[in-house]
Amino acid sequence: MSPSTYVFWFLTFVAIISALNVVLTKNAVYSVLSLIVTFFAIAGHYFLMNAQFLGIVHIMVYAGAIMVLFLYVIMMLNLNETFETNKDTFFHIAAVVSAGLLMVTMIGAFAKTDIQMQAMADNSNIGYLEELGKVLFNEFLLPFEIASVLLLAAMVGAVYLSKKEIKD
Amino acid sequence: MEIIPGITINHYLIVSSILFSIGALGVMIRRNAIIMFMCIELMLNAVNLLLVAFSKQWSDTSAQVLVFFIMAVAAAEVAVGLAILMMIYRNARTTDTEVLNKLKW
Repeated sequence: MSPSTYVFWFLTFVAIISALNVVLTKNAVYSVLSLIVTFFAIAGHYFLMNAQFLGIVHIMVYAGAIMVLFLYVIMMLNLNETFETNKDTFFHIAAVVSAGLLMVTMIGAFAKTDIQMQAMADNSNIGYLEELGKVLFNEFLLPFEIASVLLLAAMVGAVYLSKKEIKD
Repeated sequence: MEIIPGITINHYLIVSSILFSIGALGVMIRRNAIIMFMCIELMLNAVNLLLVAFSKQWSDTSAQVLVFFIMAVAAAEVAVGLAILMMIYRNARTTDTEVLNKLKW
């Protein structure tokens, strides 16, 4: 086995264990921290697949912005201890069984599918910023601009929603 | 066709399926709306991981651009969603979905 294989299994192990911790831990803050570990493991996967730009953007957007937002909201709502009503055991078992069935179905479907396509001309630097920028600003220029409008709308919406209601 | 030495696309399919199922499990099993939201992020990331693996397999940049757009949409979604959660908390004093059952039939 080559070193990158070991790195793959290590990152996979970390991602799955911390993802399970997100779901199973009672404390919301620990949940957020586990999710950050999962995101770093996924970013490691991106670097392993030579998608440097996406790896950096993933760390910046998810670990840097989104999870800080989550932590901030948990701080503001003061949800540091368990805050949930307990569900009955039957519901837990049903949820675990249905999630397990979902996983078995997906893995079974993928195992039967033959996706060993002919590789195209092996271009190992598709993940670099230069290649990605050329595609982004030629083929996908309109979606890129629309994404900026979407982000502006989301910003305005978030400010409007979190503002205190003005009594008239 | 190996994506990285010793690892094929099938490995990534299985890893993404597991991560997606854990996210789905979280949405079903948890009652705290913030945690459910985080599990949705986890499911989005499982799909992103698979998209990058396929882009590597086919040497195609478009999938990575799609991942980039998914990240932008996820950021917008989280900003608005957390603002809505703050508003719900301000009005109902809870983010527990068991209590917020006015729309349940």
